[in-house]
Amino acid sequence: MTGPAKIETTNQDSVEQGDCPLSVMDLTVAYHRKPVIWDVEFDLPAGSLVGIVGPNGAGKSTLLKAVMELVPRASGRVEVFGKPYHLSRRNVGYVPQRESVDWDFPVDALDVVTMGLYGQVGWGRPVRQKHRDLAMQALEHVGIADLAKRQISQLSGGQQQRTFLARALVQDADLYLMDEPFAAVDAATEKAIVEILRELKQRKKTAVVIHHDLQTVPAYFDYVVLLNMRVVAHGPVQEVFTPENLQKTYGGRLTLLDEVTEAMRRRERSL
Amino acid sequence: MAMLAVLQGWDWQFDGWIMVVGVLCATSTALLGNFLVLRRMSMLGDAVSHAVLPGLVAAFLISHSRSSLAMFVGAVIVGVLTAMFTEWIRRFGRVEESAAMGVVFTSLFALGLVMIVQADHVDLDADCVLYGAIDLTPMFTVNIGAYEVPQAAVVLSVVTLINAAFVLVCYKELKISSFDPSLAHSQGVRPAWMHYALMVLVAVTTVACFESVGNILVVAMLVVPPSAAFLLTHRLGLMIVLSVVIGAAGAILGHVGAFAIPRAFGMPSTSTAGMMSVALGGLFVLALLFAPQQGLVSRSIRRFVLSQQILRDDIVAYLYRAGERHGEAIAKRSDLITELFSSAVPMSLALRRLVRQDCIRDCGQQIELTKQGEKLGKALVRSHRLWESYLVEQAELDRSKIHDKAEQWEHFTGQALRDRLVDQTSSTGLDPHGTVIPAEPKSDDDGPPDAS
Repeated sequence: MTGPAKIETTNQDSVEQGDCPLSVMDLTVAYHRKPVIWDVEFDLPAGSLVGIVGPNGAGKSTLLKAVMELVPRASGRVEVFGKPYHLSRRNVGYVPQRESVDWDFPVDALDVVTMGLYGQVGWGRPVRQKHRDLAMQALEHVGIADLAKRQISQLSGGQQQRTFLARALVQDADLYLMDEPFAAVDAATEKAIVEILRELKQRKKTAVVIHHDLQTVPAYFDYVVLLNMRVVAHGPVQEVFTPENLQKTYGGRLTLLDEVTEAMRRRERSL
Repeated sequence: MAMLAVLQGWDWQFDGWIMVVGVLCATSTALLGNFLVLRRMSMLGDAVSHAVLPGLVAAFLISHSRSSLAMFVGAVIVGVLTAMFTEWIRRFGRVEESAAMGVVFTSLFALGLVMIVQADHVDLDADCVLYGAIDLTPMFTVNIGAYEVPQAAVVLSVVTLINAAFVLVCYKELKISSFDPSLAHSQGVRPAWMHYALMVLVAVTTVACFESVGNILVVAMLVVPPSAAFLLTHRLGLMIVLSVVIGAAGAILGHVGAFAIPRAFGMPSTSTAGMMSVALGGLFVLALLFAPQQGLVSRSIRRFVLSQQILRDDIVAYLYRAGERHGEAIAKRSDLITELFSSAVPMSLALRRLVRQDCIRDCGQQIELTKQGEKLGKALVRSHRLWESYLVEQAELDRSKIHDKAEQWEHFTGQALRDRLVDQTSSTGLDPHGTVIPAEPKSDDDGPPDAS
């Protein structure tokens, strides 16, 4: 592991843990015995923009979902601001992957953003005007306030992405998890998203972003996690985002892992 | 008067109750059905309504009575089990939800049939399962205070109230867990709980309606009104309200139809439950045809209106070009039809409208451009040629390819866009074919409308 010493000093049992926005320890997730991510371990520094980079099938989305307890963990621990996720989830904003959204659902952009406040509104209580005002402000922030009443399938790809970004912003979380917010957006939206990310950083928030475009990594992020089933490297972009590490991340998957899983299956079948 | 003859034998007391029961079924099911449709689990009602059969029989065998309460409890338990089995099979068997449902409900339904055969004195017949006995519901009454009320109406009122309360109180929780379970999770709403609460209520409602309307109509009422409402609106709250209205309308129309339509042909009245399903199907077709946004009819009307606008533009531009070439902006009606690939009817509609707009004079076979029409034509031709210049200069398109695009875009180009085109093209005043681009027409005219 090539993680830099600077970050590693925030050790597991140090008192400073409470400040660490996201700390993943020994995390393994498997679908039907086949490991998707394996022994993932990293701590993220507060107030940074973190890119998660890796090839298709590297388990990037799975990592975020495992952090949010949406998929079962085979082993390992995740701490968000020093607490298990379910105790600090109010403090986590999530931007889902475009493909996972049902765009025909009868909701408009404002509805979607307001959903980010349901935790604040409380169980069984109606959404009030002040919540709608907050949601409206968030839409203004991302520059599509005039489309608030438009059904979400009638928005362009960039506008859709902005809607979901606004929803994460309105949660006023300290940690944001974003699953490919830059996928299928126009140049103007990309710029807007980057601006919002920088703003978040200024306000000492942490954003963890799954990202595909390697060329923009150094410009957009200051910290990077290179993932290919396990963490190949993590640390500040200048130190870790090197050709050797990228080669390790993208060159060849863990074929031995596949082999051992296959062997396990064969054994199971023969029993 | 014929109307009255058809309604002979209509008894407000009796038929009124049938309609009340129908409307209550429709309301209670439609309220939940919206969320089934949106979660793409529409067939769950079908599954539950079939699968409850072994529950009914088991309740009968255990309690040795046809007490409604025992039957109800038995059916609800099996109904909820259906939902749970489906979920388990989907998760552990790694098959699609609909396949899992198919496995569960057919097995349970068949189990129920086998149990009926074993307990041969069970009084449950297939007709009753399929169509229910809504026409008989007014005969089984209970006393509430001084009133004699059909039992089904009482049970269904309670179920409707429960469902309405559930949807009202948990509206936003249902909305968020149907739309985005992972966000629901992070907002502290348990989507799994909402799922099971919904499943339990679907089972209760299905069983409550089942007795009155049978399992065909239960499924129709769960699925059809929300699907029709989905076509009519983009807002969830309105969709739920509309689905209830559509369901209730279908129930009322269904009963009146079952009573009146066969009599109009001199036959006895037909199955109310069947007719309610037919009425719901009819309402769905109406929604499909006439929905303001997605309706087939409204879509083709919009398409026709647009094609007429384009044809009128084309006529004016054609006449303007003729004026450029021969000095006289005149053309034969038959030439217009062949040159603009139109036919007689749309052409005469377009010409009539242009005459009314004072853009052309219609002198029998000759069509002549007026002053007003000349301005419009000038604007269109100007847009066309500016686009051609732009495509060659900015998009570096081959000259043979630019005409079609310009031909399409000229209809959607207003003065503001033309001004920007001027800014971004060289100001030679000629288009790529070497033709003069006409000047912007004087301002009292606004050219063809913008894309709006």
